[in-house]
Amino acid sequence: MAETDPSTERATTDRGSRDGATTGSTGSSEGRDVTFTLAGVREGFVTGFPVAIGVAGYGIVFGVLAGRAGLSVAEAGLMSATVLAGAAQLIAVELWADSVPAVTVIATVGIVNLRYLLLGAALRPWFRHLSPRAAYGSVFFTADENWALTIARLREGSRRGAFLLGSGLVLWLLWIAATVLGVTAGDLVGDPAQYGLDFVVIALFLTLAAGLWEGRESVQPWLAAAGVALAANAVLPGEWYVIVGAFAGAGVRMVTHDG
Amino acid sequence: MGSALALDPAVLTLIAGMAVVTYATKAGGLWLVGRVDLSERAEAGLDVLPGAVVVAFVAPALANGGVPEWVAAAATVAVARKTGNLLLSLAVGVGTVLAVRQVV
Repeated sequence: MAETDPSTERATTDRGSRDGATTGSTGSSEGRDVTFTLAGVREGFVTGFPVAIGVAGYGIVFGVLAGRAGLSVAEAGLMSATVLAGAAQLIAVELWADSVPAVTVIATVGIVNLRYLLLGAALRPWFRHLSPRAAYGSVFFTADENWALTIARLREGSRRGAFLLGSGLVLWLLWIAATVLGVTAGDLVGDPAQYGLDFVVIALFLTLAAGLWEGRESVQPWLAAAGVALAANAVLPGEWYVIVGAFAGAGVRMVTHDG
Repeated sequence: MGSALALDPAVLTLIAGMAVVTYATKAGGLWLVGRVDLSERAEAGLDVLPGAVVVAFVAPALANGGVPEWVAAAATVAVARKTGNLLLSLAVGVGTVLAVRQVV
């Protein structure tokens, strides 16, 4: 794992403490030097910006759909600010527009968001060195896109635990702004696909895959994840394919692990 | 549709429920893994999880796409591997998908 790799020991702590901006816990008694600093927030914010622009394209779509479902600007904006889950919000307003009961909508949101359990679990090797307040405060800002950026950064050896918060904040701000714009401007904006914005998230995940690739070690789990995800996508509703495919990949690795 | 600032109690209840359920899933994975002592085997599985999530996410999206998406995907991966620059690979990916969509 990245944790046992001595090359991951990089000088992020000195920079963090020099600007005197330590806002939370810095590591644990085990001596790991995962930081939670303003410098980390700033780096996440700047790195996350182009990705947040792509996400904002979908925020506008969400706003348009929320408006059509009868939500006011305040209601849609409040939903984006407190929920922050793109796919789940889109599905929720579609169901709400069809007069589906709130309990059913909320249950559906939970199912669509089940994949966040896996994203949170994957953050554990680093986040367990943060204070509970820093860790559990940061995870509110988890979205697929900034989670992936954060994991890639941490695996490269960064110790900046505040990167998730920073990249999440910029995404959150643009998500709310785009929602408000979408409800207000209605149908004027059109389809984000015409600007290629629909491809941003795919390009992002492909870039991250290129970074996460570990050579021959990755072949089996990745083939399993891709194959099972494709099969699951054909037979299961919603976003179950992400969960099922990811478990298949991890499962293959667990089975082939010797020792 | 009411005024821009209207807040319907039924919608507020819906939003509150969605917010609670969503946060529970975001925090739940982190919390659960912290409660149990993981075997080395489970750690190995957890280690490949980020890559597996990414691949599981992208595979159906690409399979559902067409020639523009596939060409752009290849260009994105090539630039990502060559430069490791996120902004550049995103720009190349989006630019390629737009360009090829004009042609195909």
